Amino acid sequence: MPLAFDWTQLVQQTVIGLASGGVWASLAVALVLIYRSTGVVNFAQGEMAMFSTFIAWSLVHQGLSYWAAFFLTLAVSFVGGVAVERAVIRPVERAPELTVVIVTLGLFFVVNGAARWIWTPETRSLPNAFSTRPIDVGGVAFSIQDLGTIGVSLAAVALLWLFFRFTKLGLASRASALNPEASRLVGVRVSWMLALGWGLAAAMGAVSGMLAAPALASFDQNLMQPVLLYAFAGAVLGGIDSPLGAVVGTMLLGVLINLLGTYVDWIGSELRLPVALAVILGVLLVRPAGLFGHVAEQRV
Amino acid sequence: MAESSALLELEDVSARYGPVTALHGVSLRVGEGEFVAVLGANGAGKTTTLRAISGTVRRGGRIAFAGNSIAHRPPEAVARAGVAHVPEGRGTLTELTVRENLRLGAYVRRDRGGVVEDERRVLSYFPRLGERGSQRAGTLSGGEQQMLALARALMLRPRLLLLDEPSLGLAPLVVAEIFRIVRDLNEREGLAVLVVEQNAALALEASSRAYVLEVGRVAVEGSSSDLRRDEAVRRSYLGY
Repeated sequence: MPLAFDWTQLVQQTVIGLASGGVWASLAVALVLIYRSTGVVNFAQGEMAMFSTFIAWSLVHQGLSYWAAFFLTLAVSFVGGVAVERAVIRPVERAPELTVVIVTLGLFFVVNGAARWIWTPETRSLPNAFSTRPIDVGGVAFSIQDLGTIGVSLAAVALLWLFFRFTKLGLASRASALNPEASRLVGVRVSWMLALGWGLAAAMGAVSGMLAAPALASFDQNLMQPVLLYAFAGAVLGGIDSPLGAVVGTMLLGVLINLLGTYVDWIGSELRLPVALAVILGVLLVRPAGLFGHVAEQRV
Repeated sequence: MAESSALLELEDVSARYGPVTALHGVSLRVGEGEFVAVLGANGAGKTTTLRAISGTVRRGGRIAFAGNSIAHRPPEAVARAGVAHVPEGRGTLTELTVRENLRLGAYVRRDRGGVVEDERRVLSYFPRLGERGSQRAGTLSGGEQQMLALARALMLRPRLLLLDEPSLGLAPLVVAEIFRIVRDLNEREGLAVLVVEQNAALALEASSRAYVLEVGRVAVEGSSSDLRRDEAVRRSYLGY
């Protein structure tokens, strides 16, 4: 017996998907930032974001409000990102890309281990950043939490875009990524621009972690591992060298996975990660540059 | 007296790319406001000489700029000291707009008013760039890109301009225009210029002194007008 199609459910599930995508978007933008300046994917980006989220948890535990902890954590993460670049990436700045990839893999385990050592491996939770009350828009109920998540993530990306587009420092760091030698000839300290990029990426990752944690009943040190995978899949879908692509890609992926989970019974919630992996594989086979990316030019 | 007023002085400068030595003890000087050319065949070490000055190649020997040693300074510090290097192939940031390239040229400057004024002044030399301010640099013609590279270098308000093969791949008319502008800058604003050129006739006409390099060493030096008249030099080193 055919039932009338439930449009309300479709709209609701789409917004829920956008909210998941929003959480992944800021981490995906962090991945793109590092990729553009160093040519590698930072496999430790998710763990660094997890570490930031635990810092936020500690601050909330000390009695700070969620938002006070949020902004303080952004600042701490930025400084931490710069420090990580100076300490472990700078020594391999001129090494082949594979060396840098291995270093980020090592960083993955170091950061994860450090978080387990500092914060015992019990589960914990962050308070909700937004009211969990639903609001009614034209007869469809949305959760304020979801709308807030989308809003914060987009605001963070927009701020980052304004920085790169309209400040002198932003211009210099774009130039450093595009042509390091020409940038040095006009006096740009390219090496520090790389550190700046790591700081900004760490802060973007922190946004992602602090949005991801409150949505869960509880979290532990594995919080960001699935997020990293979704963020990577979304960034590949959008084009790994395009910040706009990273946002569009993760949002699309969020909606796609959520709708598949809703309407295709056998996918449910268990097969969400495999769907993300299938997206990575499919994009790499069909359109390696993604939706907004550039095809890598290889000089022979 | 004239000796002590050298703006740039290289003494016994060597440079190498990995195991390959490209310069074997080059000595040269550029006076305050002087226009000097470096000539020589392909592989003679012309480009490497400029790279040694700006610090984009490993170098040894003594390099003094305005009385201070810059021999151990990285490129960004040499630029900050007032040396603008327009590299071979121009080093234009093709994905940035024309205006962004110009703003980037003034990156190290803190005097905002001066930068705005200089942008107007620099664009008066290159009116075509002004019309293309919001265009991506990569969409410009080769000649316009060379002009943009020059304009960007001028935004640093340098005391010395290092120009590497400005004529490379450009039509003769465009080359003539570029050399006319550089000469103008040299004469009217007292900008010191060190230019590396394949086109010896052109460079000797524009410059007041010249060095001829041969396999990483200075083979001949003298006033440009003398070198132009010296048939032996022309035939054996300059090939025209």
